[in-house]
Amino acid sequence: MARHVVATVGEITPGRSKIVTVAGREIGVFNVADAFYALVNRCPHEGAALCLGAVVGRFESDRPGDYRLTRHGEMLRCPWHGWEFDIKTGESWCHPDSVKARSYPVTVVPGKALAKGPFVAETVQVTIEQDYVVVEL
Amino acid sequence: MSVPASGAIDCDVHPALPNTQVLLPYFDAYWKEHVQMRGLDRDNYNAAAFPVNAPINGRPDWRPEKGVPGSDFAMLQSQALDGFQNRFAICNVLHGAQAILSEDLSAAFCRAINDWIAAEWLARDPRLRASIVVPMHSPELAAKEIERCAADPRFVQVLVWEMQELPLGRRQHWPIYRAATDHDLPIGVHAGSSYRHPPTNLGWPSYYLEDYVSWSTGFAGVLNSLISEGVFVEFPRLKVVLMESGVTWLPAWMWRANKTWRGVRAEVPWLDKSPADYAREHVRLTIQPFDAPPEQGQLQRIIEEIDCDDMLLFATDYPHWHFDGTDALPDGLPDALVRKILVDNAMKTYPRLS
Repeated sequence: MARHVVATVGEITPGRSKIVTVAGREIGVFNVADAFYALVNRCPHEGAALCLGAVVGRFESDRPGDYRLTRHGEMLRCPWHGWEFDIKTGESWCHPDSVKARSYPVTVVPGKALAKGPFVAETVQVTIEQDYVVVEL
Repeated sequence: MSVPASGAIDCDVHPALPNTQVLLPYFDAYWKEHVQMRGLDRDNYNAAAFPVNAPINGRPDWRPEKGVPGSDFAMLQSQALDGFQNRFAICNVLHGAQAILSEDLSAAFCRAINDWIAAEWLARDPRLRASIVVPMHSPELAAKEIERCAADPRFVQVLVWEMQELPLGRRQHWPIYRAATDHDLPIGVHAGSSYRHPPTNLGWPSYYLEDYVSWSTGFAGVLNSLISEGVFVEFPRLKVVLMESGVTWLPAWMWRANKTWRGVRAEVPWLDKSPADYAREHVRLTIQPFDAPPEQGQLQRIIEEIDCDDMLLFATDYPHWHFDGTDALPDGLPDALVRKILVDNAMKTYPRLS
């Protein structure tokens, strides 16, 4: 696995995402409450650009008429058919075991540490003053 | 195929009231006089869903010489019970009383019918069981009638029409489901309508052909409503038996319901599994009429798509005319499934059968 520098930390603010191309693959990098996650930008259902979907909470209920919104901003709703995916794991709500969007490990690495290498930074200029979002694949 | 073994449980037979006068002894004094004063006992309250001369109402060899098919006790006893060597048969009285607009009058009729079936049919053959008829449009009175009848263990189910004033899942109906669950009574949903609304999705049909054929889509609506409204989440022990619904529409419904649910499940967040899985756990279907395809391999395919051996229940639908002779089961069912259809599935569905 190679480490790919895809953004500066300040570039993707909480609740936002960035679509990047890493090793020929489109990946959505999400900032959820200052933690970063990466999913392939392809819905496992029919191939839509999953990471362009709405970021939503998780609608839950124990019984009819009871409503609870949990995990605010941690779910992704596919723009084509509305299937919900967990941004943190890529698991779909309906079939978490069998229908998953591929997810990739993400770390935040100070530029100082990156300077030692190895890393790939195709579009991001790395300087030692900043912190960077690094996707591994 | 004919039924290969004795001891089956026939989950749908239809004793019929020969006329309304037979109910008079079963009304209390008030309602008896009310009915007589208004001349209501001269009406036959034939269910509009089953017009008197419709061929489906009675197989030619199951029609009595005189009177309504299903009204002759001895015929039902020899043809349905002895003829199929059934261990039990569940009586479902289809009658217009369940749809009478006055809630109180409808409830009075339902009480009379329940007492009539107990005294005139159940008491005469130990193999007979019955469903409780209720005024579905009056949940409070319906629940009260369930409580009253539940004391008699020979009542094993609550009978409602498929099409009511409101879709069956709506919360107004929940007192009925609560009472039923409290007494281990499944809800038997029989083909037909109270005709508060057109029986087709498009409006009022002109012909019985349109009306009757449309009912299978009504059953899909029943499942959509019961499942989406969360009835099986609220009442996790509740079973619903679809009677005279046909079967082969079910796999297509499962596919559509599951596919749509994956996209819009957030609006019904109480559902924690797919609609098809709720159906597999809670919904049962009687096997007559079985709209079986002509090839055995095709039937096998449908059974595989349903993917649950617990769902089908044996029924003759006596005296309705869906098949001739003794071929109450479609050809090509695996032996193990036949055993479940004939006995085991019903015993699990109806805890009060014993």
